[in-house]
Amino acid sequence: MTAFHDRVFLAQGLTKIYPMGEIQVQALRGVDLELFAGEFVVLLGPSGSGKSTLLNILGGLDSPSSGAMQYGGRNLSVYDDAELTRYRREHVGFVFQFYNLIPSLTARENVALVTEIARNPLAPEEALDLVGLADRMDHFPAQLSGGEQQRVAIARAVAKRPEVLLCDEPTGALDVQTGIRVLTVIERVNRELGTTTVVITHNAAIAAMADRVIHLSNGLIAHIDRNAQRQAPHEIVW
Amino acid sequence: MRSLDRKLWRELWQMKSQAIAIALVIVCGVAIHIMFGATLEALRQTQARYYQDYRFADVFVSMKRAPESLRARIATIPGVVETETRVVAPINLEVAGFPEPITGRLISIPDNRESRLNRLYLRQGRLVAADRDDEVIVSEAFAGAHHLTPGARLRVVINGRRQTLTIVGTALSPEYINQMRPGSLFPDYQRYGVLWMGRRALGVAYGMEGAFNDVVLGLASDHAVPEVIDALDRLLTPYGGLGAYDREDQASHRFLSEEFNQITLSATLFPALFLGVAVFLLNVVVNRLVGMQREQIGTLKAFGYGNVAVALHYLKLVLAIVLAGVVAGIFTGAWLGQSLAELYMTFFRFPFLDYRLTWPLVLGATLFNAGAAVIGTAVALRAAFALRPAEAMRPEPPARYRATMIERLGLQRFLSPPNRMILRHIERRPLKSLLTMLGIALACGITMVGRFQEATIEHMLDVHYKLSQREDLAVTFVEATAWQAISSLMGLPGVERVEVFRTVPVRLRFQQRSHRTILKGIPAGGDLQRLLDAGLRPLALPAEGVLLTDYLGQMLGVRAGDRLLIEVLEGNRPVREVAVAGLVKEYLGVAGYMELAGLNRLLREGPAISGAYLAVDDRVRPALYRRLEEIPRIAGTAIREQEIRNFHRTMEQTMLFFTFIATIFAIIIAFGVIYNSARIALTEQGRELASLRVLGFTRAEIAYILLGELGLLVLLAIPFGFLIGQGICALFVQGARSELYRIPLIIHPSTYAFAATVVLVSALVSGLLIRRKLDRLDLIAVLKTRD
Repeated sequence: MTAFHDRVFLAQGLTKIYPMGEIQVQALRGVDLELFAGEFVVLLGPSGSGKSTLLNILGGLDSPSSGAMQYGGRNLSVYDDAELTRYRREHVGFVFQFYNLIPSLTARENVALVTEIARNPLAPEEALDLVGLADRMDHFPAQLSGGEQQRVAIARAVAKRPEVLLCDEPTGALDVQTGIRVLTVIERVNRELGTTTVVITHNAAIAAMADRVIHLSNGLIAHIDRNAQRQAPHEIVW
Repeated sequence: MRSLDRKLWRELWQMKSQAIAIALVIVCGVAIHIMFGATLEALRQTQARYYQDYRFADVFVSMKRAPESLRARIATIPGVVETETRVVAPINLEVAGFPEPITGRLISIPDNRESRLNRLYLRQGRLVAADRDDEVIVSEAFAGAHHLTPGARLRVVINGRRQTLTIVGTALSPEYINQMRPGSLFPDYQRYGVLWMGRRALGVAYGMEGAFNDVVLGLASDHAVPEVIDALDRLLTPYGGLGAYDREDQASHRFLSEEFNQITLSATLFPALFLGVAVFLLNVVVNRLVGMQREQIGTLKAFGYGNVAVALHYLKLVLAIVLAGVVAGIFTGAWLGQSLAELYMTFFRFPFLDYRLTWPLVLGATLFNAGAAVIGTAVALRAAFALRPAEAMRPEPPARYRATMIERLGLQRFLSPPNRMILRHIERRPLKSLLTMLGIALACGITMVGRFQEATIEHMLDVHYKLSQREDLAVTFVEATAWQAISSLMGLPGVERVEVFRTVPVRLRFQQRSHRTILKGIPAGGDLQRLLDAGLRPLALPAEGVLLTDYLGQMLGVRAGDRLLIEVLEGNRPVREVAVAGLVKEYLGVAGYMELAGLNRLLREGPAISGAYLAVDDRVRPALYRRLEEIPRIAGTAIREQEIRNFHRTMEQTMLFFTFIATIFAIIIAFGVIYNSARIALTEQGRELASLRVLGFTRAEIAYILLGELGLLVLLAIPFGFLIGQGICALFVQGARSELYRIPLIIHPSTYAFAATVVLVSALVSGLLIRRKLDRLDLIAVLKTRD
């Protein structure tokens, strides 16, 4: 097991309540959490356990209703919109379940969309090469398979060399083989670039890839497991 | 931001049909604004420059005869800086090959110098030579109507003596920008001509040597006008002065002012309407267009694009469409404006046209549209920005639908599920539905305003020339004539009926308001000229009192029973107080009416007449015309048929041109609105409809759900459109009222039918276009992705 010393995130007493249609959803009920530099963390839990909400708050896409979320010693929960925007632009890479590619832009252009506003990015081609799509750079999202689209999304997320890579159900919409290819890419980014990586899944098998597995249930952290040995994605059976 | 820009262009290309529809709406709004604005500006500039450069006089007066020595006394009236005395003679003309009577006016110009006032703009040829008494200059309009060029000869009857004159030039005068026979409502360049001759030669021909019968004055400032007129009238009364008047009462200027008012109204109302509607639609469309990009906005923000960058991106998208529309609109408008201005040029005889686009006009159109687009975008973006990116990317929570009013009333068993969906859609977002309906209704309304005038003009003609002015011919005498003239008219070939009339120029005063017009005496029980009441029924002429055209009554603020001061402007200029007996309905022109004998009494004269209306046998018209020309006392002959044609031509030239344009634009706007509404509905509901297809609904069924909502909104919007149209027409009619004509607010059923057809056809075509898109809905893609 690798030892992680540099704390990147510190969450204290996070709660989140949001309205969903006519009802109020309490997504987080008081979460305390630390994440360390270079760590690969899996957030595991059933639907509605609060994992996406936690990830969104980590990524500055959302703010907690109460509690504090510190990133590198600064409190994200008091950031205003502009500060959160800068935080996302400079530090965070996102991968979404449904890729969220811009349909009117090619793979290369989708990546360029991010590299153009980053400070020290990889070249879009380099990023796409990293995810094994060097030969499909000029294809539009509609011309790519789901797995390929997701790898474009990963290339887009890592091209800015983020400190943190946040993935929300990256394999949720993919079949097993494609899912493994995508996870391999994520794992490689984590290993080669040393990016702190948080992956949401409700697939327990993926947990074997992680350094730590955080189990969420009903808006609270139920327990945290540490894997003595990370498994490679191709070893995973699900 | 290169990738963002690329996204912008690709998306523009993708939504090209929608973008074009939006841009077309803007093109229409802007083009109308520019067309009218530029035309009005051009006409005003041209008039101002012409008046200034060619020294249009400030005060005008005619008299029977005054010695030239009086000129010096007129020149000393305080405020007068220029004085030009003239001889003006009514004439009859003969042009080879033209059988109908032509009358005209021969005006003297100084022999050895340029006119001080009302200078001629020589278009062709030269001025008359001082030593020649057979040379004449003719107005360009008259020359054009008869294809006369310098060198041609004219036979003219001056003062009963026939003379042959040689045309040496054609010219224009600021005094006759509008050239009409006095008493006519519309110009007729073939049958009325203005000509100029040397002062000495005309003096000899008209028996005015060493004398004048007309004088025009230039003043130092407008403020002096009332005093100068008073002084002039006092000075000229012994010489048979006919009442001095200023530019406001000068026929050409007055006509121009009325027409300019009319154009100003159109230039204000139409652009405001079209631009307003376009801008409203733009705002709604842009709002919804950007609103639909909620998830993309969320994604962009998730990557760290700030609000400003995202806002700029969407503004660029919207402004690209808007500016394309504005630029195309400016060019279209400038081009149409040029045509419209040139059309007016044939109507107003200006020597040149100062046509150019002015910056305020162009900037106004641009800012107005861009502003609306920016506001629409801003409102939509504010809603998107209010959400955290996490929320923006999440699909919208299921919308809160509920049973509609109809269902709550227990009528659901009459509604199939698709019908329920349609009704719930409409009821869930009432504001959206209302705005869509309002857009369609506005389009329906402006379609009506472009159309209704055509049928209405026919109605005006019918009323004026079939119910009221029923003569075949109207002859006017050079001056008031003894009543016995009637028997010589009766003796003319083909004359079946003669009804005489007496006209006299007057100034009517009521309280502080006054108006210069004519007072007309007609015999009671006449058949050729009838007065109509408000219900268009023939009115019995009262033995006492004066009847006024309804519009004249309104201008003066008088009602039946009020006592009106009548200042007669000829003869010994009596001033009388007369009771207003009532108002008569007239769509064309204004006048006061009295029973003939009553008017003779008021004027303290015997049974004098100014002219007569004739009913004639069509078969002997040529012979009659020849005989009429030979009677020197006859100053003018007006043929009713011709008056109707003149009216048609004038209306077609000035009004129908832009109502045609307005109609075309209204159609485009109607289509733009409906197509965009349908297109947006498709984007908003595409996923839902594809899901239904997956569940086994047929293409026709999902088309019904989508287009059924639109169809229902269209059907609901049409009655509102009618109301809006009525309102706009009423506004137009109210504003367009002038001394020349009043358009009645009569909306023919065909106008409603036309507007409804335009809307329905637009809806049908939009529906078909959308249906094609629906048929190609990609079911797999919809299921695979989240939106």
